[in-house]
Amino acid sequence: MNKDDKILKEFTSKEYEHGWSVDLDVDQAPNGLNEYIVKFISKKKKEPQWLLDWRLNAFNVFKKMKEPNWANLNIPKIDFQGISYYSAPKQKSKLNSLDDVDPELLKTFERLGISLQEQKRLSGVAIDAVIDSVSIGTTFKDKLRKLGIIFSSFSEAVIEHPELVKKYLGTIVPSNDNYFAALNSAVFSDGSFCYIPKGVRCPMELSTYFRINAENTGQFERTLIVADDNSYVSYLEGCTAPMRDENQLHAAVVEIFAGKNAEVKYSTIQNWYPGNKEGVGGIFNFVTKRGICFGDNSKISWTQVETGSAITWKYPSCILKGNYSKGEFYSVAVTNNYQQADTGTKMIHIGKNTKSKIISKGISAGFSQNSYRGQVKVMKRASKSRNFSQCDSLLLGNKCGAHTFPYIDVENKSSMVEHEATTSKIGEDQIFYCLQRGIDEENAVALIVNGYAKEVLNQLPMEFSVEAQKLLSLTLEGSVG
Amino acid sequence: MLEIKNLHVSVDHNPILKGLNLKVNKGEIHAIMGPNGSGKSTLASVIAGREEYKIDKGSILFFNKELSELSADERAKKGIFLAFQYPVEIPGVSTTNFIKTAVNQIRQSKGKKPLDAVSFLKIMKEKMKLVEIKQTLLSRSINEGFSGGEKKKNEIFQMAMLEPELAILDETDSGLDIDALKIVANGVNKLKSKNNATILVTHYQRLLDYIIPDFVHVLIDGKIVKSGDKNLALELEEKGYDWIKVNN
Repeated sequence: MNKDDKILKEFTSKEYEHGWSVDLDVDQAPNGLNEYIVKFISKKKKEPQWLLDWRLNAFNVFKKMKEPNWANLNIPKIDFQGISYYSAPKQKSKLNSLDDVDPELLKTFERLGISLQEQKRLSGVAIDAVIDSVSIGTTFKDKLRKLGIIFSSFSEAVIEHPELVKKYLGTIVPSNDNYFAALNSAVFSDGSFCYIPKGVRCPMELSTYFRINAENTGQFERTLIVADDNSYVSYLEGCTAPMRDENQLHAAVVEIFAGKNAEVKYSTIQNWYPGNKEGVGGIFNFVTKRGICFGDNSKISWTQVETGSAITWKYPSCILKGNYSKGEFYSVAVTNNYQQADTGTKMIHIGKNTKSKIISKGISAGFSQNSYRGQVKVMKRASKSRNFSQCDSLLLGNKCGAHTFPYIDVENKSSMVEHEATTSKIGEDQIFYCLQRGIDEENAVALIVNGYAKEVLNQLPMEFSVEAQKLLSLTLEGSVG
Repeated sequence: MLEIKNLHVSVDHNPILKGLNLKVNKGEIHAIMGPNGSGKSTLASVIAGREEYKIDKGSILFFNKELSELSADERAKKGIFLAFQYPVEIPGVSTTNFIKTAVNQIRQSKGKKPLDAVSFLKIMKEKMKLVEIKQTLLSRSINEGFSGGEKKKNEIFQMAMLEPELAILDETDSGLDIDALKIVANGVNKLKSKNNATILVTHYQRLLDYIIPDFVHVLIDGKIVKSGDKNLALELEEKGYDWIKVNN
């Protein structure tokens, strides 16, 4: 083993720090996927008939679909009948405020560094906490309500704002969009809902923290963000799961709607359990995220730091319908050990003078495989549209892989599409330079990797940028090689 | 401070240093001169702890401690600094952040508290004057897109920040115009004290007009073949290395 190998190995063999679980008294659906389960979930949530019908329709679509196999992933057969589609910690029947939340649950989130007590929170961040299939509480609801902003669990929004949910649900990611979106539409249990009214600039970061706790369950959350004309919101999601030997399924759908002049910034720090060093266990993360820049001059920006999951299959996309609308995608995807990631974006230019920007930074270590897959499509009437894509791959060691699959399709002559790609290795020279200045190997790799990912990390809200940097270093700790 | 005894070093089984002896005391400046390929840069790298260089025989003692047992970062923490011939670019890492990380790791190894941002900046401002380096340069990614002169000034600036006991300057003069050379030399002279030592690796005597060495050693084919004072450098300049080869 040469020097580089040794450093990388040490650097990437760090343990997952959120791998613990707690014993919670749960209300859980029997294993299996069938119409009864779909009805069971809908009934648990006291949903109106229209939503149940929508779920059942999605379930029928799902039954006719096949698992996608086009990604550069080696996906073991998933036993959809072997998991429970609903698991909720038992709680008092009606929660009036966060004070009523089971202290055990609050403690669980405290241990993850997420305090649900408002006075302890960073004052600029409101949080919705989701454990397994349900939301257990949302902070700063009242403060936001005064501005007309709705920020609540999805289930609550279905009951309290059915007209809004009905208007937008499934309009951006239809239930027949793809296999996992159809599954999610049938069995989704909770997630976050936010609505920013016309002309309102949301004064705090909105954030949802997802935690899988129960065994043999999947998490199927649904998030819907609606930014009405001339509004602004910055939203962040984080997620972790216990270490378990079996794989757990996470299939989420996120839909974003941006009206005229509206701007939505969506950031993700994905830290699901990635499996152990031999590739046993870990979350299968199959997520459909899509936003529509519906109004003229609107903007949607996706930023993701993907460090977890055994398998990641995820392409946050923008449909640029409004003229002069803008889509952005900033991504750092790190894979280590036996992790696999196939991630990227789609930018669909429909309106005139639309612009998109893609910055993707892949980092592979260990025996992992990391693919960027991106589509830029410029339609006929999207004249004078522009795209710039930059896809960089950084390899740590020589047993991992980095792949780039760009698809470019331009249907008019006045548009311009640029694509740049680089692949590099962490240089022995760079590490030695750091060492010679007294910086030890671990910090040297952290410094170099964070520098490499800086353009993306800079896009994150301040409060989370530091957390993301730490996470990057932790994920790769023990991997230099 | 530094004592090298009968040092034999090879790279990929090619012997490069073949029995080198050198003793450096506190407060001294030594110049190592020699033609291309004589082993000058190897000597600099092996003292700094670059692992591709294998020590086949001999020892390097630093304050009576065997250096080969220490990793490169441990050597740096003990006060060994190498100004690189080709400083390395690290995209996305600002010079300020890089040096701050280094300064604080070295402080930590000595049981000192890390410097807070304010005191760090204060020290930085002071040291910046030494090599006339601009603040804007320090907020850019380290060495990325720097001119040759800026890179070398940045090396000396880092040396000023880290205050090493032993500084090795590997061909710091190469690629510098006369103004930059004066600035760099001036910086090195100001950093000199009775408690530290400097080794200048160069093949031109030009640098030695500005930094006056106490000793000049001529390195040919992996061995020091002649040592003397600053006049030896002048003599070399006049007569060329062949003069020594012939005399040996």
